[in-house]
Amino acid sequence: MAGAFRFSFIAAAVLMLSAESFGQYQPWNNPGRAPAASPQETASGPAPRRDVTGIWDAGNAGINGTGYPTPPLTPWGEEVGKTHKSGNGIRMVPMAEVNDPLSTMGDPTGFPRIILYELRPVQILHTPESVLMLYMFEKRWRVIWTDGRQLPKDPDPRWYGYSVGHWEDDYTLVVETIGTDDRTWLDNAGDPHSDQLRVVERYHRLNQTTLELSVTLDDPKTYTKPWTARDKLPLRLIPPGTDLMEMIPSATEAAAYRKSMAEPSK
Amino acid sequence: MKMLLITAAVLATAVPLVAHHGAATFDTEKELTLKGTVTEWIWANPHCFLKFDAKDDTGTVRSWVVETQNPTTMSSRGWRRVSFKAGDPVTVALQPVKNGAPVGRIVKVLLANGETLIAIGPQPDAALPQQPEK
Repeated sequence: MAGAFRFSFIAAAVLMLSAESFGQYQPWNNPGRAPAASPQETASGPAPRRDVTGIWDAGNAGINGTGYPTPPLTPWGEEVGKTHKSGNGIRMVPMAEVNDPLSTMGDPTGFPRIILYELRPVQILHTPESVLMLYMFEKRWRVIWTDGRQLPKDPDPRWYGYSVGHWEDDYTLVVETIGTDDRTWLDNAGDPHSDQLRVVERYHRLNQTTLELSVTLDDPKTYTKPWTARDKLPLRLIPPGTDLMEMIPSATEAAAYRKSMAEPSK
Repeated sequence: MKMLLITAAVLATAVPLVAHHGAATFDTEKELTLKGTVTEWIWANPHCFLKFDAKDDTGTVRSWVVETQNPTTMSSRGWRRVSFKAGDPVTVALQPVKNGAPVGRIVKVLLANGETLIAIGPQPDAALPQQPEK
């Protein structure tokens, strides 16, 4: 009996500790989604109509270090891919040889790498003319115009391209992007792309607390056929008061890392 | 009991960290444990790194530089910007680079107060979220 009591006490203490530790958000500097869902995250109701606002987090699944299986490259794509010496995946080289523009130079992540590789929490806001996506990684934002304008013809390349969006139905926002900068990589594996890349993102509000993201890429200059890189990736709504850490790949910090870590490892 | 089982299951299924910027650099089959003194702790992207001095087998002091992941990931594993300061005694388990330089990546660090900070592998505290390496 005494043993059973002692066990119950220990079990209760473990439960209390767990309740204390799981699902908690700090007032400042949260790294992302808490390890377990908070009541707000799990108590899901029906999806609101034409509304994807909130802070969304795919957790570990948002971060894809090793890159994606892609369709075969075109000869042009092969040539460009050979020049990419990546820190991960199929083109991985020793640290001192990595030439990833993001991690070694502090270049912008760019689009679509921001959603293919380093999809940390993202806050989505609506304005009457647009949908804004505010990314934790880089503290960068994108404007998706929903005012009916057409994508530009022959645009100057931009790190984050040009995006327009429309509601396919009351729960699905479809975003098209062109005009991206071919200096950026698709992911950490150094998968290349050209300025001919066209990306379609599909944000489907499954219910109150779940947003599914699918991403399709079409880049005939670089790849032999289109492909789907993200297929219904679930993003979970996290509390609106969540303060997120800064996660900014600065050029100064990248240089310090190269000097102290990468160069001596040659 | 159920919670204990769940806790055990979380520990058992925690995903080991494998992806890395330039992981080919490190000798992942080798693990050194060195006692030394912190000279600097850099809390920065793309990876944090710790500098410390430790004597080698001949008694010569070597200045080591050993990395972790980024501050966001390390924060979720219980590491902080103030986890180390110059002069702190530390015992560092690390995977060295292949070329023999005093450079490596941290597996775990034992602090003077008895606390262990883990960089690679499952967390002893299942309450901390597991994040993949960047």
